[in-house]
Amino acid sequence: MTAVAAAQVQAPRVSVKPIPLTRITAVELRKMFDTRSGFWLIASIAITSLLATVGVVLWAADPDLTYSTFATAIRFPVVIILPLIAILAVTSEWSQRTGLTTFTLVPHRSRIITAKAISSVAIAVAAMVLAFAVGALGNLIGAAIRGVPLVWDVSLTQCWYYVLGMVLSLLMGFMLGVLIRASTGALVAYFIWTFLVPTVFGLLAQSQHWFHQIQPWVDIQFAQAGLFVFAHALTGKEWAQIAVTGVAWLLVPLLVGLRLVMRTEVK
Amino acid sequence: MISIERLTKTYGTTRAVDDVSFTAEAGRVTGFLGPNGAGKSTTLRIMVGLTRPDTGSATISGRNYVDLPNPGLEVGVLLDASAQHAGRTGREILTLAQQFMGLPRARVEEMLDTVSLTPAEASRRVGEYSLGMRQRLGIATALIGDPEVLILDEPANGLDPAGIRWMRDLLRGYADRGGTVLLSSHLLHEIEVIADDIVMIGLGRIVSMGTKSELLHEKGTVASAADLLALELALTTGGLAVTHVDGGALCIDADAARVGQVAFDAGIALTELRAATSAGLEEMFLELTAATQREGASL
Repeated sequence: MTAVAAAQVQAPRVSVKPIPLTRITAVELRKMFDTRSGFWLIASIAITSLLATVGVVLWAADPDLTYSTFATAIRFPVVIILPLIAILAVTSEWSQRTGLTTFTLVPHRSRIITAKAISSVAIAVAAMVLAFAVGALGNLIGAAIRGVPLVWDVSLTQCWYYVLGMVLSLLMGFMLGVLIRASTGALVAYFIWTFLVPTVFGLLAQSQHWFHQIQPWVDIQFAQAGLFVFAHALTGKEWAQIAVTGVAWLLVPLLVGLRLVMRTEVK
Repeated sequence: MISIERLTKTYGTTRAVDDVSFTAEAGRVTGFLGPNGAGKSTTLRIMVGLTRPDTGSATISGRNYVDLPNPGLEVGVLLDASAQHAGRTGREILTLAQQFMGLPRARVEEMLDTVSLTPAEASRRVGEYSLGMRQRLGIATALIGDPEVLILDEPANGLDPAGIRWMRDLLRGYADRGGTVLLSSHLLHEIEVIADDIVMIGLGRIVSMGTKSELLHEKGTVASAADLLALELALTTGGLAVTHVDGGALCIDADAARVGQVAFDAGIALTELRAATSAGLEEMFLELTAATQREGASL
């Protein structure tokens, strides 16, 4: 090629600073809200929390009208929706092909994935705060309307369990997103995981005694159930079961998924 | 400046990129030309770190893309204008880029103005955009950080003739200010209109490169006369080399003035005298296209 003397080549900028992780996280958080589907998905947490609370006020039996009933009722929709948010935050980069822009603006995929994890957990924590507040409001209003005594039967420790359980299920969704990297596939896997696997494990435990014995060490959802029951403080053994199932079902696949994310081509 | 050195990438048994080396100079618009599936996009993706090469290197102003602290400020990239979340508005997509790069907010409206997207259009969701509007938005995203280097994959796709002209002027002005522009296309015509330098790739290999004038205009003259034999004799006697005879005309390795003078001195009336416009590049390009089409048909 003919050499051309370029008169005014700009010198490489020396003052360019690396993009801080806080900024990447802020942008990733914004990306969760800035589409209609993303916005309504997150809004649905608030909406379903309210609906669940109204349901408890209207239909719960008098002795059950306690704070733990509200918290349990709110848990059901929220625990399903939160992982969806995490899944779509990851998979949309591939399914909507926005990764082509994202990973060129920030050419270190680990930073983007970290930012997505942080912003997903931030949304989970915010959702929990909202759930607790809505539940508390429901408890106050329910007690006033129905004329039953106000019962606050959830300890601070149990609140922490609840939040931990929510964050773990959100991370399950995050793991599926990272591992599968396609919206439809990850969503299907998630629903199989949430609705089909517990049934299969339950039937297996009923019919096979050996599985009944080991189920708490194998079934992550079974192991984590104790986080949501507001019954007692978890024993060391129960924590060990959460840890063992967590490593097997969450950490290992997550590490495999992260490796794939770092290595695969973005097209 | 972009330097590509001995880049190779293999998928299974297919060599998508095979020992590709070239340079895109600052102050020039370099056109990366090749039929679909020739390895253009793979090469561009390797440049910006989305794909790992098997061997070879691609550097931008002497550095690897992934080592750039804030790449958007140094390299503007548009790989696929359609690769955007259909549910975001055009303005939102630009805002995300602006925030990643840490630029002032006002840059968003400036860039929308630069690429002639109206505020109303910018507020619409990208799912409703035409391909031409997406290309404009993609160009805006590439330019928003005011980078020194532009890497654009098929940016003229979907643009109407006025749009192509707009893009040519934009890129021309950009290169004249010292920027480096590398754009790919599978259309010779587009590259002819926009580029200064051409790198042509086929089946993963570079088949030709040089300045546009070098490649499009072969040296020499084409001349013809009623008595072709007499003309050839006169020219060779005059010391001019006749390279070949091409369908009733002679191709001579000399400029037109010289050929005309020799013919005039010999008293031969010329019926044709012109600079040889080489169909060479176009022919080569057509062959390449045909080759890949055959390959596609046999799959």
